[in-house]
Amino acid sequence: MDDFIRRHPFWSLVAILAVAALLWLVLAPWPPELVALWGRKQIFLNALLGGITLGALYFLVAAGFTLIFGLMRVVNLAHGSLFLIGGYLGYEIATASGSWLLAFPIVFVIVAVIGLLMQRFIFSKMEGEELRQTLVSIGLSIVFADLMLWWWGGQSYSILAPQFLQGPMELPIINNVNATTGAVTWLRYPAVRVWILVAAIITGLAMWLVLNRTQLGMLIRAGVDDREMLAASGVRIQLVFLAVFGFGAGLAGVAGIIGGTFQSLSPGEDTRFLLASLVVVIVGGMGSIAGAALGALIIGVTEQMGFVYAPTYSVVFTFLIMAAVLAFRPQGLLGTGR
Amino acid sequence: MWFERIPVVWWIVGLALLLLPLVANNFWLFQVMGWSFILGMIGLSLMFLAGYGGMVSLLQMSIAGMAGYMVAILGQSGTATVSLGLAWWIVLPTALLIAALFATIAGALSVRTEGIYTIMITLAIAAAFFYFTRQNYTIFNGYSGFNLVLPPKLFGVNWRDPIPFYYLSLGCATLSYGAVVYIARSPFGLALQGVRDNPRRMAALGFNVTAHRVAAHALASVFASVGGILLVWQNAQIAPGTIGISAAIDVLVVAVVGGMRRPLGPFIGALIYVVLQVFSPDILGFFGFAADRFKLIIGLGFLAVVLFSPDGVLGIWDHWRAREARRKAEAPGGWA
Repeated sequence: MDDFIRRHPFWSLVAILAVAALLWLVLAPWPPELVALWGRKQIFLNALLGGITLGALYFLVAAGFTLIFGLMRVVNLAHGSLFLIGGYLGYEIATASGSWLLAFPIVFVIVAVIGLLMQRFIFSKMEGEELRQTLVSIGLSIVFADLMLWWWGGQSYSILAPQFLQGPMELPIINNVNATTGAVTWLRYPAVRVWILVAAIITGLAMWLVLNRTQLGMLIRAGVDDREMLAASGVRIQLVFLAVFGFGAGLAGVAGIIGGTFQSLSPGEDTRFLLASLVVVIVGGMGSIAGAALGALIIGVTEQMGFVYAPTYSVVFTFLIMAAVLAFRPQGLLGTGR
Repeated sequence: MWFERIPVVWWIVGLALLLLPLVANNFWLFQVMGWSFILGMIGLSLMFLAGYGGMVSLLQMSIAGMAGYMVAILGQSGTATVSLGLAWWIVLPTALLIAALFATIAGALSVRTEGIYTIMITLAIAAAFFYFTRQNYTIFNGYSGFNLVLPPKLFGVNWRDPIPFYYLSLGCATLSYGAVVYIARSPFGLALQGVRDNPRRMAALGFNVTAHRVAAHALASVFASVGGILLVWQNAQIAPGTIGISAAIDVLVVAVVGGMRRPLGPFIGALIYVVLQVFSPDILGFFGFAADRFKLIIGLGFLAVVLFSPDGVLGIWDHWRAREARRKAEAPGGWA
C-alpha cells in the first residue's frame, strides 16, 4: 500500500479523492442542488447497493471460474450451466423440504460432484490441450442447457427467501433529512440482499484464508505459479485439481440458489452469468481471487448505475470498461503478466 | 494450365452443384443448400482465423450480423423510420466496409491476448453487441429488428426466388472458398501461418505479428459479411436473435464439426448442421424423442467430434484414406 502511494502519488490522490467523494455521497444528506441535478438520494443509494449485491453474486460465480482457470488453465465455459443447475436443484430442494438453508449444503455437494466428474473423466484426459478443453466445455454447456430446458421447461422459477430474511431492514445510512422537522429517515433495504453481501464477503475472506494460510492453499498457489514443478516435487496434483474443480463448481451451484432467490431462474441465465464471470475475470485479472472481487464490484455497480441512469446504454458501459482494461492492461487490473 | 491440376472429383462436385436445380425442389435449394452456403461462409471466416491464424474467434456471427444490419439500415426495410433507403451500390460496399471496421477494432482488442483468452474476449464482445442491438432503438430498432429487407432486383431477376438465390449463394460461397485457398498460399497467408506456429520467431524475422493478426480479422470479416448480407436477404429480416450467443456458438460448432484445417470443412459442417436442424423433427421422432431436442443432438454430436476427432469430419475422412492407403500398400502385389 505504502509502496503503491510512493510509486504513483498522482493516482493515489485521485483514488483517495474518489473514495472521499463516494463516502460523502453515501453518508451525507444531499443538498437540494444535487437532488435537482441527479435525482433523489434514495435512487442513487439503491443503485449503488444493488450494484454491490449484484457484484457479490457475480463474485461467487466468478471466483470458482477464475480459480479453475488460474490453476488448471481450463476455461470452463460450462460454468454458467453449473450455476443454473445449482439454482434449479436448490429450487427443488427448497420446495420439497421447505428449508432454504438445507438446500445450500446439498446443492454444493451435488454440483461439486458434477464438477468432479467433468474434471476426472473429460478435462484431465486432455490436459495441456487448452483449446480442446474449451471446446468440450462449450459442448457440455449446449447439452446441459438443453437437458435443463427439457426437465424444467421454459418458465422462470423464483426461490422464496425464508421468513427471517424477508422484508426490509434499516441500514445506518441517512436517506433523507426532513427540512422542516429535521427528522432523519434511515435507508431501508431488503434484508436478504444485505445477507447475500455478508455471505459473499465471508466466502471471499475464507477463500483468502485457505489460499494463504493452509497447506492446501500453498499447494494451489504453487500450482498456479508452476504446475509442472509442483507435480515434479511429488505432489499428487490431480487430487489438487479435483479439489479445486469441485470447490469451484460447488460455489457456482450455491451461487445459483442465491441468484434464484434474489432474481429468478430461467433458460438463458446460464449464458448471462457465464458472460458476467467472463467480463469480471477479464477486468479483474484471470486467476486472481482479489481480481475477481474487484472486477465483480466494478461490473456490478456499473451495470446497476447504468440501468438506473442510462438504461439504453447500460451494456455499453460494461463493455467499455472491459475494452479499456484490455487496451491498457490486457492482463486485468490485478492480474500478473505472463 | 492451372485448371488441369484440379482433381476430377472437384469437377464432378462442381457440376453436380451447378445442375442441382434440375433435380432438387425449391425447399432444398432455398432452405437447405442456400442456408448451408451462408453458414458455410460465416464458418469459413472462422476457419480462416482459426486454421491459418490460430485465433478462435466467436465474433464472426456478430460481424455477419453487423453487415446484415447495415444493409437493413442503409437500404430499404419495413421500418421506414430508421432505414435510409439508399441505392444498392452504395449500401453493399458501405455495409462491407463498416463490418470490416467493426472486425478490425474488435480484432485489435482481441489480439492483445492469446490462445484461449481470445475465445473469452470475442465471446464477451459478441454478447455486448447482441445486448446493444437489443436495447438500442435509434439505430438497430431494438427487439424487433428489421423486416422486409429484400435484395435489389438486378437484371430484372428476383434474387429471393429459390433458383436465383441458390446460384447467388453458390457463387458467393465458391468465390469465398477460392479466395481463402488463394490467400492461404499467398505471402500474407504463409506469414499468417508462420505467426500461428511461432509468433516469436516471426517477430524476430521482422514480421509485424500484431498487424498480421489484425489484418486477418479484417480479411475474414469480408467472408462473414457476404454471408451475413445473404442471410438477411434469405430471411428477409434481421433481429438481435440472429446474432445471439447461441448463433455465435453455432458457427463454432459448424467449423469444428466440419474440420478447421481446410477451407472445405465449414461447408461440410454447415451442410450437416442444416440437414440436422431441418430434419430434426423426423430424425428425433424416429428414435422416439420429442421433436424439440435438436440442440441436444447438436451438442452431443459436437462433443463426440471434439472428444474423438478433433479435426472434424474431414479428419475422419483423412484418417480413413490414410488407413486405406496403408492397407493397399501392405496388400500382396503392392510395392511393399
